[in-house]
Amino acid sequence: MSQIERHTYDVVVIGAGGAGLRAAIEARAQGKSVAILSKSLFGKAHTVMAEGGIAAAMGNVNNNDNWQVHFRDTMRGGKFLNNYRMAELHAKEAPQRVWELETYGALFDRTKDGKISQRNFGGHEYPRLAHVGDRTGLELIRTLQQKIVSLQQDDYITTGDYESHIKVFAEFAVTDLLLDESAGQPRVAGCFGYYRETGDFAVFQAPAVILATGGIGKSFKVTSNSWEYTGDGHSLAIRAGSTLINMEFVQFHPTGMVWPPSVKGILVTESVRGDGGVLRNSEGRRFMFDYIPDVFKKQYATTEAEADRWYTDPDNNKRPPELLPRDEVARAINTEVKAGRGTPHGGVFLDVSTRLTAEQIQTKLPSMYHQFKELAGVDITKEPMEVGPTCHYVMGGVEVEADTQAATGVLGLYAAGEVGGGLHGSNRLGGNSLSDLLVFGRRAGEAASTYVDAAGAAAQITDDAIARAQAHALAPFDGDGSENPYTIHSDLQQTMNDLVGIIRNGTELRDALDRLESFKSRVRNVTVTGGRVFNPGWHLALDLQSLLLVSECLARSALAREESRGGHTRDDFPAMDPQWRQVNLICRMTDKQVNVSKQAVPTVPNELLSLFDVTELDKYFTGAELAGVTGGAH
Amino acid sequence: MGYTSKFRVWRGDDTDGGLVDFEVEVNEGEVVLDIVHRLQATEAPDLAVRWNCKAGKCGSCSAEVNGRPRLMCMTRMSTFSQDEVVTVTPLRAFPVIKDLVTDVSFNYQKAREIPSFAPPVGVEPGDYRMQQVDVQRSQEFRKCIECFLCQNTCHVIRDHEENKEAFAGPRYFIRLAELDMHPLDVKDRRRGAQEEHGLGMCNITKCCTDVCPEHIHITDNAIIPMKERVADVKYDPLKRILLKITSRDD
Repeated sequence: MSQIERHTYDVVVIGAGGAGLRAAIEARAQGKSVAILSKSLFGKAHTVMAEGGIAAAMGNVNNNDNWQVHFRDTMRGGKFLNNYRMAELHAKEAPQRVWELETYGALFDRTKDGKISQRNFGGHEYPRLAHVGDRTGLELIRTLQQKIVSLQQDDYITTGDYESHIKVFAEFAVTDLLLDESAGQPRVAGCFGYYRETGDFAVFQAPAVILATGGIGKSFKVTSNSWEYTGDGHSLAIRAGSTLINMEFVQFHPTGMVWPPSVKGILVTESVRGDGGVLRNSEGRRFMFDYIPDVFKKQYATTEAEADRWYTDPDNNKRPPELLPRDEVARAINTEVKAGRGTPHGGVFLDVSTRLTAEQIQTKLPSMYHQFKELAGVDITKEPMEVGPTCHYVMGGVEVEADTQAATGVLGLYAAGEVGGGLHGSNRLGGNSLSDLLVFGRRAGEAASTYVDAAGAAAQITDDAIARAQAHALAPFDGDGSENPYTIHSDLQQTMNDLVGIIRNGTELRDALDRLESFKSRVRNVTVTGGRVFNPGWHLALDLQSLLLVSECLARSALAREESRGGHTRDDFPAMDPQWRQVNLICRMTDKQVNVSKQAVPTVPNELLSLFDVTELDKYFTGAELAGVTGGAH
Repeated sequence: MGYTSKFRVWRGDDTDGGLVDFEVEVNEGEVVLDIVHRLQATEAPDLAVRWNCKAGKCGSCSAEVNGRPRLMCMTRMSTFSQDEVVTVTPLRAFPVIKDLVTDVSFNYQKAREIPSFAPPVGVEPGDYRMQQVDVQRSQEFRKCIECFLCQNTCHVIRDHEENKEAFAGPRYFIRLAELDMHPLDVKDRRRGAQEEHGLGMCNITKCCTDVCPEHIHITDNAIIPMKERVADVKYDPLKRILLKITSRDD
């Protein structure tokens, strides 16, 4: 015990992606000492995988755009289940957050008049995504990483120590939050974790912890997510006594690679469609015209001719249905493949070669060109890609207070980015994730700093608490030898893919819950071999606990919601139900069991509702809710 | 489709280790990282390897495959014949932590030594104006995924540990070039490139360009232009005379 490394900070940020780094920058700006605990090397976080862009209503390409239009699109995309206040803050603040990146050194693609260029994307009424080719996430992570370095250089000048105010602990994984439960509501005292490199433990004592751990995609077999996405923050929060919201909503990105098998799931950016790519089935039909839901009939072209005109004359034509929100496109592809109109490898065709020249494709979509060429031997300037749905994003997350990102139930705990819930409702629009990271990363950093000012130093962490955390982390070395973590992980992924995937029903979900119970007992028998130095078997054994817990939250919530909405489709309850729009499902742990309960969705104030046409709201809300609403601006 | 491949992986740490032979199943379309993962899931659960995205975007799974610095996720098994022994070893220029994982902290130290972007004074956020043609040059260098293959292959440090202190390496030469070519950066980075970061030690053998998985023209578009800019400021005979005169005044 005596050898365990101890650190004391004002704010500890768990996660070094876009949200975590932006939060750290803000906390530092507020004068706080900050530790950034990064599960990977610095600069490798999953943010790097974002391709298409960052949504912000700057109006650089179409000056009709403004925050109200962005707010409307976000609420529509989420089928009005979104936390309206988060959607409002997000739409209002995103432009400032993007412009700020330029002062950190970011270099976005430009318009002719030298402003930040913006591209079209699914569900966004106007070209809204600031981008750098199809590697926008890389630009974001690198810019924030370099801003952190520049702040460290400033600190070096004043203190002689680069790490006097911000320190990045690379390849450090957190296994437990440490709490002070001496006075009623639990409050954060710090966290416990291990260095992947050495297997050594460390304790961080801090009054405020910001979770910025991203998503849960590694619960699924076919996913665009990287190895880190094991639901760590979701799991830390619910285990500490906080709540998770909207966990039934998982986004399946419509276009992942489907072949060869080893790359199945790797993302094919929505920019391909934004820049003119069309979807066809094996019969050559542009099938998306057959799948425009009633709620979107007014915004999308119903003929190929009109859709084609939109690319050059967007003011006088409606957009092609390939640019419907992701949930719609993913379901359509799924249906086409199931009906036997799929490609040889079980996807559909996505073709950009007929609309853009080879040179344009290589300029606008360089990573896609490279990825298909090198991994599938397909030249996308000459032939179509084969694509199909892939698990991409979890809309659900830690239930937070909209303005501060403070987690429910635990004082001093914050959550920002994908690990936070509410902004995206039942379905996220492409491009709204990167802006989410920045807007709410900054807000979490600011609110945590304010909290620390009031709360003072963290409570002392007892030796007992540390001993418990250590025993928990070392348990996989003492298993009975019967289970291999890799096998359980692979079985879990298959189960989630088969039974809790893009189309669900009650029977399968109950089956999934039974299987999850059996995984729980198997996980208790997991045994790892080898030592503690960089041992991936051990790391996975620990991650499996989080994966299982979030998978259970997901399956339980999915079983409870008896309707279809956004990233949750039940073939036994295929309709969207206005009564269910008023309900958020909340997961919490009681007696070590996951419980799901209903909670009312916050009422959208009239001034925001009136941004919509009442005839549109009619499709989502009950008559009683709309009594007295006089929207009609659009 | 599948076949059994002869795979040889370096296992051990900084003090002790060696190549270990495996016979392992390979399926159509797989990359070297898939095979390493299969070894973990079957015979060697504690085999250490770094990886994140498995899509060539994060630059984590750098190693040497048959002696050549590569991303394991972008090296298809079909590039080898089925009876060829595929040998995977850790990056040679950095200390081994375990198996295929090396200590790359050298690179993060060097990153800290490069002066950061210096924004133009008095230009408010939102008022930055730059032309595409002007940002394009720096954008090429910002494609860098920090896989450190260029740092690993550069013979200035690969074979000469003692040069590490004075030499930032190709990854940071493109960072310097990126900032020097940034249309709005206000700091002059030419003297520093030569005097602080060891640009002069590079003798443009282009090995870095050769191994770059992002196909950045490190030597032609960054290092050589930076060398020319340095020559402009440091070795222009007329300027030297001028400098002598002005420095006498100081």
